[in-house]
Amino acid sequence: MTAVVSIKDARKAFGDTEVLRGISLEVERGEVVAVIGPSGGGKSTLLRCMTLLETLDGGSLAYGGLEVAGPDGAGAVRYVKGDALKEARGRFGLVFQSYNLFPHMTVMRNIADAPLRVQKRPRPEVEARARELIEKMGLSGCEGKVPCQLSGGQQQRVSIARALALDPQILYFDEPTSALDPELTAGVLSVIKGLAAEHMTMVIVTHEMSFARDVADRIVFMDGGVIVEQGSPEQVLGAAKQERTRAFLAGYRT
Amino acid sequence: MSIATMVQVLGEGFLVSLQIFFITLLGALPLGVPVALLRMSRLAPVRAVTRFYISVMRGTPLMLQMFAIYFAPYYVFGMPLSTDSKWHATIVAFIINYAAYFAEIYRSGLQSIPRGQYEAAEVLGYSKAQTFFVIVLPQVVKRIMPSLGNEVITLVKDTSLAFAIGVGEMFSEAKALVAAQVSMVPFAIAAVIYWVFNFLVEIGLGRIEKRLDYYHD
Repeated sequence: MTAVVSIKDARKAFGDTEVLRGISLEVERGEVVAVIGPSGGGKSTLLRCMTLLETLDGGSLAYGGLEVAGPDGAGAVRYVKGDALKEARGRFGLVFQSYNLFPHMTVMRNIADAPLRVQKRPRPEVEARARELIEKMGLSGCEGKVPCQLSGGQQQRVSIARALALDPQILYFDEPTSALDPELTAGVLSVIKGLAAEHMTMVIVTHEMSFARDVADRIVFMDGGVIVEQGSPEQVLGAAKQERTRAFLAGYRT
Repeated sequence: MSIATMVQVLGEGFLVSLQIFFITLLGALPLGVPVALLRMSRLAPVRAVTRFYISVMRGTPLMLQMFAIYFAPYYVFGMPLSTDSKWHATIVAFIINYAAYFAEIYRSGLQSIPRGQYEAAEVLGYSKAQTFFVIVLPQVVKRIMPSLGNEVITLVKDTSLAFAIGVGEMFSEAKALVAAQVSMVPFAIAAVIYWVFNFLVEIGLGRIEKRLDYYHD
C-alpha cells in the first residue's frame, strides 16, 4: 500500500541556517503521527514543506502516487505545476496554531466557501456537510457568528471543520492548542481524539505529551533538523533509546 | 443682488465642483489600485519609478500640477490650447494626484493583512485572484475606510483649487460675486455649501463603516 504522504531526505535552509537536514517520513492511511521536540527543531518547517507553504531545497515529496516535488537532476528541487499542484493541495488540510480564520466571514462561510469556490461542489451538498461538521465540532448555533464572537477554542474547532470540509486524505495540525488555555485546549484535543477514533490520517505537531501518548500510533521526536527517534508512544515516551530524547522528555516530568 | 440670486449663482458653480469631485473619485479610486500594486512590485525599478511618481504628486502643490498639465501640451508638444484645455487639465491633475494618495492608503491596508490569511487561502486551494478578491480585499476595505474618508472630504474642498486655472467652479463664482457685490456674504454662503455637502459625505461614510462593523479582528 502506498503511503498517504511520503517525504524523503527533505532539506531546507533559511539563509545559513539549516532547518531540515535530511528528514524522511511516511504516513500510512489511518495513522496518527505526533511530532514532538524542542522549538526550533524543525517541526513546523517540516509541516510547512509538506503543505507546500515552503519549498524544499532538497529531497522529494509525494502524495499517494502523485509526485509533488523531486530532484530536477541539477541539484535543485522541481515542483509540479498547474492542475497537478492543485490536485496535490486538495489532498491535505492544515490547522494553524493561530487558526487563521477569515474574520469577515461567518462560521458557515468560513467552512463552505472553499468547497464551493475551489472544488465547485453543489451548494446543498456543501452546506449539509458544513452543518454536519459544525455539529460534530460542538459548534451548533454558531453558523451565523463571525470568528470574533467565538472563544479561541471554538475558533480552532471552526478551522478544523474548515479543513475537513474539503475532504482531505490527511490533516496536519501545527501546535493546534498552543494559543489556548488548558480549559479550551481540552475541547480541541477531544475533537482531535474523535477524529483519531474515526481513523482520520493525521500528523500533529504538539507539546501536549499526554495527548500525544493517548492519540498517536507513532511518535516522532525531532531536534536539530533531523528525526532523532521514532516509535510507538510506549517506546518513545516510556523507554527512549536516545539520550537527547530522554533529556527533552525530562523537562515534562516535573 | 438678493441672497437667493447669490445662492443660485453659487449653486451653479457648485455643480461644476461636484463634477470635479465625482469624476476624480471615479478615476482615482480605481487608478490607485494598480499604482499601489506597482509600488509593492517585486521588481526594484518598477518600485522606484512608482515611488518617484507618488513622491512628486504628494510633494508638489496640486495647483502647480494643474498648471503643468495645462501648459505642457503647448510648450512641449506645440499643441494649441483649446477652450476645453483648462477643464481637461484640471480633471487629469486631480485624478493622477488623488490616485497617488489613494495608492498609499491601499498599500497600508494591503500590508496590514496578516501573512496567515494568505497562507490559509493557499492551503485551502484559493487561486491568487480569489485570494485577493474574496479574502484580502473585503478586509482591506474595512481597514482603510477611515483614511479614505479623510481623503474624500479633503477632495471636496480641494475642488476650489480649480479656481486658480480659471475653471468656473463654486469658489471662482464666490470670488467674482464678492468683487462685484462688494460683500463677503458669497464667501459665507460658499462655506456653508461646502460644509453641508461634507456633512452629507460624513453621513455616507459613517453608514459604510457601520455596515462593515459586524466583525473586528
